[in-house]
Amino acid sequence: MSYRSPLGHARGLGSAKQGTHHFWIQRVTAVALIPLTLWFVFSLARLPSADFDAVTWWVAAPSVAVALMIFIGCALYHSLLGVQVVIEDYVGGEGAKIVALLLSKFVHVVAGVAGIFAVLRISLGALA
Amino acid sequence: MSTPATSKTTPTRPLSPFMIGPYYKPQMTSMLSITHRLTGLGLSFGAILLVTWLVCLASGVDCYNMILPHLTAWYGKLVLVAFTWALLYHFCNGIRHLMWDLGKGLDMPTAEKTGWGVIVVSIAVTAAVWALALATK
Repeated sequence: MSYRSPLGHARGLGSAKQGTHHFWIQRVTAVALIPLTLWFVFSLARLPSADFDAVTWWVAAPSVAVALMIFIGCALYHSLLGVQVVIEDYVGGEGAKIVALLLSKFVHVVAGVAGIFAVLRISLGALA
Repeated sequence: MSTPATSKTTPTRPLSPFMIGPYYKPQMTSMLSITHRLTGLGLSFGAILLVTWLVCLASGVDCYNMILPHLTAWYGKLVLVAFTWALLYHFCNGIRHLMWDLGKGLDMPTAEKTGWGVIVVSIAVTAAVWALALATK
């Protein structure tokens, strides 16, 4: 008995040769997030106050702004890959799956752009 | 003719049963595995909240002062403690996963030992982070 579908037989193309890309990028972002997460958690904990001036002053510092943007980028990319696997595992039906995957991609990209833009606006606005 | 189209085009492939259900008894390692996934999903939502917080901060003091009382209220702190633990759990268990990717610690006694390690360290570091946060405010 063959596990290959008739369409697979007809096309006879084999894999898309990208089998390890998703796996690998998930690990690359995971490794990057080790120092970034420690920095993020302990920096927030050490903030003297959560009020507007204290947090704005923290985000505006160039080193913080750069690290924060890299953290947002890595975290959301890592999240996108993780959510994709969860959707592929639990959402049955091709239509619902594709809609969920597209929605997840759009939300992650919007969140990433919005987060990085917010940091840039605070940091560059502090110069004016 | 009345059979669904999928059964004509897709052969019946073997499926393994899901780890939560009648087929496997609950084990510490499988519970940690599903917790990794659940904290991951929670943190995806948390990332959106983090971005919302930053966008509000960038919009100005009026927007920020609208959400600040909720952040510092008891329920806000409770949510933040939960997110801190979820992040640190996913962090510790993620390192456990990276070790497995290197082929280390895959035997059952070690996997259970590192599993307890993840539970203890994630709770201890959450407590340390909040002790530091409350001491510096």
